[in-house]
Amino acid sequence: MTPARTNATPSVAPTHHLLISPAALLFRLRAIIVLVLLTAAFAIASPAFLTGSNLTILVKHVAINAILAVGMTFVILSGGIDLSVGSIAGLAGIVAGGLIHSGLVLRSIGVVVYFHTWLVILIAILVGAVVGVINGALIAYLRVAPFIATLGTLYVARGSALLISNGATFPNLAGKRDLGNTGFLWLGSGSVVGLPVAIWLMLLFAGAGIFLAERTPFGRRVYSVGGNERAAELSGVRVSRIKLAVYVISGVCSAAVGLIIAAQLASAHPATGETFELNAIAAVVLGGTSLMGGRGSVANTIIGAFVIGVLADGLILLGVSQFWQIVIKGLVIVLAVILDQLQQRYSRRTAAAMRHSL
Amino acid sequence: MTGDIVLQARGVSMQYPGTLALDKVTFSLRRGAVTALIGENGAGKSTLVKILAGIAQPTTGALFLDGAEVHFLSVREADAHGIGIIHQELNLCPNLSIAENIFLGREISSRGVLDKGEQERQTRMLLERLEHPIPPQTPVGELPLGHQQIVEIAKALSRDVRVLMMDEPTSALSASEIDVLFRVIRDLRSRGVAIVYISHRLDELLQIADSVSVLRDGRMVAEADAAGVDVRWIVEQMTGRTAGMQEKSQETTAGPEVMTVDSVSLTANNGRRLLRDVSVGLRAGEVLGVYGLMGAGRTELLECIMGLHPEMTGSILLDSKRLDAMDTARRIACGLAMVPEDRQVSGLVQSLSVLANITMSSLKKWSRGPWLSPAEERGAGLRMTGELRIKTPGLNANVGSLSGGNQQKVVIAKCLLTQPRVLLLDEPTRGVDVGAKREIHTIVRRMAASGMAIVLVSSELEEIRAVSDRILVMSRGAVSAEFRAGEATEDALALAASTTVEGRPEQV
Repeated sequence: MTPARTNATPSVAPTHHLLISPAALLFRLRAIIVLVLLTAAFAIASPAFLTGSNLTILVKHVAINAILAVGMTFVILSGGIDLSVGSIAGLAGIVAGGLIHSGLVLRSIGVVVYFHTWLVILIAILVGAVVGVINGALIAYLRVAPFIATLGTLYVARGSALLISNGATFPNLAGKRDLGNTGFLWLGSGSVVGLPVAIWLMLLFAGAGIFLAERTPFGRRVYSVGGNERAAELSGVRVSRIKLAVYVISGVCSAAVGLIIAAQLASAHPATGETFELNAIAAVVLGGTSLMGGRGSVANTIIGAFVIGVLADGLILLGVSQFWQIVIKGLVIVLAVILDQLQQRYSRRTAAAMRHSL
Repeated sequence: MTGDIVLQARGVSMQYPGTLALDKVTFSLRRGAVTALIGENGAGKSTLVKILAGIAQPTTGALFLDGAEVHFLSVREADAHGIGIIHQELNLCPNLSIAENIFLGREISSRGVLDKGEQERQTRMLLERLEHPIPPQTPVGELPLGHQQIVEIAKALSRDVRVLMMDEPTSALSASEIDVLFRVIRDLRSRGVAIVYISHRLDELLQIADSVSVLRDGRMVAEADAAGVDVRWIVEQMTGRTAGMQEKSQETTAGPEVMTVDSVSLTANNGRRLLRDVSVGLRAGEVLGVYGLMGAGRTELLECIMGLHPEMTGSILLDSKRLDAMDTARRIACGLAMVPEDRQVSGLVQSLSVLANITMSSLKKWSRGPWLSPAEERGAGLRMTGELRIKTPGLNANVGSLSGGNQQKVVIAKCLLTQPRVLLLDEPTRGVDVGAKREIHTIVRRMAASGMAIVLVSSELEEIRAVSDRILVMSRGAVSAEFRAGEATEDALALAASTTVEGRPEQV
């Protein structure tokens, strides 16, 4: 802290401070490096891996988890957690399936109403949003811990799905032309420019998520709420609204997943989406997003979802037992978090060093 | 005063990636002496203390305890040798009681069962020694910052220390609490404890120190007997240049009243009255200093103005518009902004970059439609880092990599970008080095000159007197006196701060 430096006007130091060592760069890009290495390893080990048909199946599987994980990323960035995503997917699927299969039965006036397919989709998405609003309101306004609030809605939404279908499956969701509700299955089996609709939807959700997180005031506020709620509040961020919004986003993502799965299977099961929340959280964590909130990114979550997908698919192709697959998935997640801790320790140290150098 | 050396660092250097934080520093601690360790932020004080306390290990050089070389690989090892440290940041568990915090990690137990009674008895004795008879069962989270600091000190005293290092122990203490601390320090000194005392409050340092050691850029630049030096000498050694306290450049003429606080009262959950009928008007272009002791209600007043206590009574008007029903976000939109007391807890989002912190309150301004414009946001960031001389390795650098003074400037920049009519500053120079402090004072005066109305809460008499146009003194939740800048002597301010208004008995 020499006088000369204090008096100098340029306050942003030259860029050489910004250059990070190659090791640090490798560390930061570890998720994508792991993905590339995994892909390469499986491609060598199994000739079936890098075929078009296998990759399409793989990405279709990844799409389901990735869309859930996009919503989950917003929730986790805000410092919360959403355990209800799988149940919301199940509920949204059942609502859509029920509306297409047996319509809305208004017993009091003895009428059965069938909705147009688009309206069915909209209603199912709305159901997801409403559960999100309930989650958000419990957490932001009634101050229930996110873990507890969404654990509650996990059960309530799942129970509701079972109640609606009476525990049964709504089969044959192709719809009837005279009822105007055909076309639902396109979501699951259709394709645009050679790519399945589910993959396009994943790209849509991922793109929108990345933009929302990185390029809008809303996204920045999510980060600030997760990073330091009090500072955010004092900076004029309406913390409660932000919290409400992230759970709505998560609910909408979950409902979309429920629709895709119902369309793919051409039927709606009330048990759809069980334990999906754990896969979504795993993808977020593998992508390096901190469960403490405030740190991470949607793009990395997508990479995380791909790591999980590639791992599962590759291990199946190699004929690894399903039980081992589960063990390996667990190990990979823990390893990823250990690496994350190491990186944070490293960056804290460099930050401290910088503080000394200024 | 001079005794034999208890603990000595000989030629220690500390190499962090990219920087040399300490450069062959030799530092000796004598039995029964208070050594003041002084330096600007980043000079290496904290690093040196960390090495002495076993928190960090030096790259080269060695420590000698009673003349024999020692290697502390952890705080526990240093602790076992009777070396204690009171950190600048409080290290307390808010959910645990005072007694539980004090005995954390060394609980008193008999046959594996916790002896709560004994812990609380010893805690009570410690707190009495510190002249703060707070019930030992009180959860630390319920204590005001100043009392938490007292607990931190009690925690250090509870161990039989031979060496005690205090890093900014008074930053959260009121004048009377500081007196108590000094009595305790003198008592420890007479018992032969070697004390290292770090503080930015130089006048205070000279009251308690026996000798003074000055660090600059990682090197020990001066050591002297405290009796032979004054504040001016210390500042010169620290900065390497001659300097004096910045005086107000010109008397500004205040404009029309922009904000009116009308009989605001606030009662805590436990029935204690935090604010009693506070009324004050604020004019455009003036700096209103608010002085008072810890717990006088200064922070609470600012928080009421910002809308953090919807349960308050009375009213607050900005441009004759009632703010009472508005939330914090709307008040900021109306032209209020606050730099909070504790920048780590309430000012900064540590996980975000310097830029994101600077623009956090004004994101809408840097958006085109629904999207943030990176170019405009960056432009705003560059303008503020230039205007406030924020020293940062880059706008995308983690805000945690900045020094305390620069972090504080980031918080101020965030507030200024909302173009507030009224700026509330709560202890804006706490834990900030002399250079940055002077710069912050200049910024405050400049903003006032541009017509902004500013409320400056500070516990430093010198700062209040140097920067304010008008000074309000608060005592126990009420306004106890008001002075014009020229009329306020330190004695008058200190007296007003310790009087109880209307002689009402205070509920505690």
